[in-house]
Amino acid sequence: MAIAHSSSTEKAFAPAKKSTRTAYFLLAPGILWLLVFFAFPLINLAETSTKTPAPTFETGEFVQTFRFANFFDAFAANQEQFFRSFFYALCATLLALAIAYPLAYAIAFRSGPWKNFLLVMVIAPFFTSFLLRTLAWKQILGAEGPVVSTLQFLRILPSDATITATAFSVIMGLTYNFLPFMTLPIYASLDRIDYRLLEASGDLYANGATTFRKVTLPLSMPGVVAGTLLTFIPSSGDYINAQLLGSPDNFMIGNVINSRFFRVVDYPTASSLSFILMATILVLVVIYIRRAGTDELV
Amino acid sequence: MIRIYAAAAVFYILLPIFYTIAFSFNDADKRNIVWRGFTIQAWLNPCEPIGICEALGNSFKVGITATIAATALGTMIAFALGRYNFRGRATTNLLIFLPMATPEVVLGASLLSMFININVGAGLVPVIIAHIMFCISFVVVTVKARVASLDPKLEEAARDLYASDWETFRRVTFPLVAPGIAAAALLAFALSFDDFIITNFNSGTVNTFPEYVWTASLRGVPPQANVIGTLMFVIALVSVFAGQAISKRKQTRR
Repeated sequence: MAIAHSSSTEKAFAPAKKSTRTAYFLLAPGILWLLVFFAFPLINLAETSTKTPAPTFETGEFVQTFRFANFFDAFAANQEQFFRSFFYALCATLLALAIAYPLAYAIAFRSGPWKNFLLVMVIAPFFTSFLLRTLAWKQILGAEGPVVSTLQFLRILPSDATITATAFSVIMGLTYNFLPFMTLPIYASLDRIDYRLLEASGDLYANGATTFRKVTLPLSMPGVVAGTLLTFIPSSGDYINAQLLGSPDNFMIGNVINSRFFRVVDYPTASSLSFILMATILVLVVIYIRRAGTDELV
Repeated sequence: MIRIYAAAAVFYILLPIFYTIAFSFNDADKRNIVWRGFTIQAWLNPCEPIGICEALGNSFKVGITATIAATALGTMIAFALGRYNFRGRATTNLLIFLPMATPEVVLGASLLSMFININVGAGLVPVIIAHIMFCISFVVVTVKARVASLDPKLEEAARDLYASDWETFRRVTFPLVAPGIAAAALLAFALSFDDFIITNFNSGTVNTFPEYVWTASLRGVPPQANVIGTLMFVIALVSVFAGQAISKRKQTRR
């Protein structure tokens, strides 16, 4: 999906002669929309983060006092949830990669006539509601569900043990929910590989493992980078899985932001937390993309 | 080996979907968590729970409007990026990428702070605005990939045959890019229809279908929600397979 082609190929497809006026005409409406409803709200968010409660102490009333200490206070009070969010998101990303890579590989190279069918199965979760599927996992992993009763029957789990309301179930839920976003970009980059390159590697006496390590894997890296980003970013901000499959001990930063906004009506803290989350993610993404060696983002 | 692994992964992907479908036929008590027996009661009265069909209608309103607007705006940007050189290209790319790199809570929260600051009440219109915003980037990425994969020689050939710019676009470029645009529109609709987090920040008292499910999950989701989920799944699956069959037939005819 994202991070597909290098900038040099792209320029080759964009003839320089054509008038730039047409380009700006094509860009204007969409870019304007993004500026007004994406960039401008972020400025509002930044502005809200340094507000303090109004002297009247009315709920939801805040005045601008440029209190930058809000950021430190918000972070200090919710460190635990921040680190948990990034830890869970990292676990979910690695797990999703471990599931998605072989799956994408099988679809790209070993599926024969089943290729289209398997691709549809990969995107099938998009067709049923995300919440219904997460609730279904709650049932499957729940105390009355098949997994716990089987494990208890096999004496792997003690009779009073549960799987839901643990870190495991939250990470499992995150992994599941963002799996298509991992699988599709990896599949796309694997599918683009010229099969002759793999044959050439074999002709040069590389065995299967060497071919994979030296040819297939490097060529599929753009897909891996795109997939890990598309899994890590939404996972780190998610609160649905922690809410439905976890307990308050598993709450992530998204849960805090959500409850600060709606339950506590503390807009400045919620905004500060959102800002810290976004800034941290952007820094991580930039470092990651630099290290992975892909510059073109979209 | 890898085939067995792939089959296991597909099983993992489909398991909760099967659960959702199966429990639409459950003779449910209030919670619909334990299997109590087969019935088609929920299928006969899908709108019985209060507010469920209204929420579904809202989801369609939002999804259709957002899909049309985001597909139009995003396709225009994709053509500009794929076909023209202009100053500000890097900034444009960044502005397209950033909404995808921003967690939904942050998008939802920032829009809500803006609407609070300018005193606009929450409701369906802010939700539609938000959905158009986050769908644009996905449309751009999908359509741009298609535009970039076009062979420029085809357009040159059209011009060599004395087609005007507009004719070249209408008879060569657009038909070749159309499948990409259709895929982008489908993706936009799926993203919009299933969005909960950003919607919940900006909808106020209005409910969409995911919001209905969320609220209901606190006291027990009625099997009718599973009926609607199942219907959406079946309709989407049938249309995808039908689309594949049609494009295959077109190819063989050529």
